[in-house]
Amino acid sequence: MKYVLIGNSAAAVGCIEGIRQQDKNGEIVVVADEPYHTYSRPAISYLLCGRTTEERMKYRPSDFYKKMDCTVMLGKKATKIEPQKKWLFLEDGTIIEYDKLLVATGSRPFIPEIGGLAEVRKRHTFMSLDDAKALDAALKADSRVLIMGAGLIGLKCAEGIAHKAGRIDVVDLAPGILPSILEAEAARAVQEHIESQGIHFHLSDGVQEFRDNTALLSSGKEIGFDILVVAVGVRPNVELVQKAGVEVRKGIVTNERCETSLPDIYAAGDCTESYDITTGESRPLALLPNAYMQGECAGINMAGGIKAYNKAIPMNAIGFFGLHMITAGSYNGERFIRKSGRDYKMLVSENGVLKGFVMIGNVARAGIYTALIRDKTPLETIDYGLISEKPQLMAFSRKERDKKLGGAAG
Amino acid sequence: MKMKRIYVNEKWCLGCHLCEYNCAFAGSEETDMVKALKDVHINPRIRIEEEGNIHFAVSCRHCEEPLCVRGCIMGALSVEDGVIMIDQDKCVGCCTCILMCPYGAIMPSDTGVMQKCELCLRTAGGTPACVEGCPNRAIVFEER
Repeated sequence: MKYVLIGNSAAAVGCIEGIRQQDKNGEIVVVADEPYHTYSRPAISYLLCGRTTEERMKYRPSDFYKKMDCTVMLGKKATKIEPQKKWLFLEDGTIIEYDKLLVATGSRPFIPEIGGLAEVRKRHTFMSLDDAKALDAALKADSRVLIMGAGLIGLKCAEGIAHKAGRIDVVDLAPGILPSILEAEAARAVQEHIESQGIHFHLSDGVQEFRDNTALLSSGKEIGFDILVVAVGVRPNVELVQKAGVEVRKGIVTNERCETSLPDIYAAGDCTESYDITTGESRPLALLPNAYMQGECAGINMAGGIKAYNKAIPMNAIGFFGLHMITAGSYNGERFIRKSGRDYKMLVSENGVLKGFVMIGNVARAGIYTALIRDKTPLETIDYGLISEKPQLMAFSRKERDKKLGGAAG
Repeated sequence: MKMKRIYVNEKWCLGCHLCEYNCAFAGSEETDMVKALKDVHINPRIRIEEEGNIHFAVSCRHCEEPLCVRGCIMGALSVEDGVIMIDQDKCVGCCTCILMCPYGAIMPSDTGVMQKCELCLRTAGGTPACVEGCPNRAIVFEER
């Protein structure tokens, strides 16, 4: 059996580990356009602020490919799939035959159409190690940095460079920061914290036009900058499989076994749609834990095992300047909100199950809430009052607790 | 995989918190328990939950399919012979493992990176200190 993987990040690593749970001998070939050993993509902000190094941010140890008996072809771009013949074409003319193919092509920054943007010389994005290195090289102590986008990527970038930039302005069309994970009240609290670190926000505002090194905003404000970072969203890399005839909607469409619409082609990670069990909608959930689990599921199935990826929920653990937050699920339903000092918590339940939560500041044991969402635990079977106060196993019945703490663990 | 794990029997738990102290002591580099723990706010990897007269200890279950390891953005968590280990040098303290763990059994260490029960493999020579010191055998280390 010959497995070929396009991509070398979380989903691909999950796939390799999934294959090797089932098949110790099959040939695995990894093709990736980036020249690096697998690294943690979300670590790039920690790299810039000095909390990790290129060596420590390797996503798996240096001997990983050797131990997993993989052939790696790094710095190679896949250009075409011929599904009937089961061939993968590379840019350099190489053709690789496959029995099972994993597409883990990830996502790329979305670049909006704004007048003058193409002419901005120091224009950066913030998704890859090369992006981080380029931004780092461009930064000077007095650099004025304009970040477009107050989402997860834009703000992690702001944190990463805060200590080495002269001034940071963040502009976003949304009225609140982190619109994908926080609602107004929580967003305001986090915004104040980030502002206290010297970051300047321009919300409900957008860049109308760039004139050299000045951004003209809809509000009439003009912001001068030396370096621009575009972080307004990501788009899944679907073109390669789309050309081959694989079904694509908002991302590559896969079933619970991570199979695409074409035989022997699997897909995982940011390039795919996931079915969000809290909303019943399919959309890309561009999150590392999901990418890994999807990849692992694909790998197990590619190697003849049976595994379903069917418990996907949006979930994020993120922190800015020492303030941590954990969020999961969706926020439509009955709310329980608790505030105490800097700590904020919201639980959202609907139809007798937990649908989502937000914890800011004190995030201890948040995974107990995540598990309630993932397992769709009927809240009538636990002490919801007790668990609303803080995540705890005490809220479960003694029988359930015996199973959790006394039985073989999942 | 079949291996020894820590199990708690809440019927026998007295709520004495000795497991927490033994854990904190095993994790310290001191040889004297008084020196290690006197006037120190301990930060153990095993924690007692208590409500009324119910008490029980919670520590890492060393899951067969650990969500913390799958979710770790840094590759800092790994499974070694069934035991879930953390490389604190790689950890950046992002808390994704806290988001993932259904038992609430992983938490920040005093330095901000995460800590968890590693069955005392690094500290007390592989015999978990919480089990050794439990006066009522409410915490046991066995294969089930």
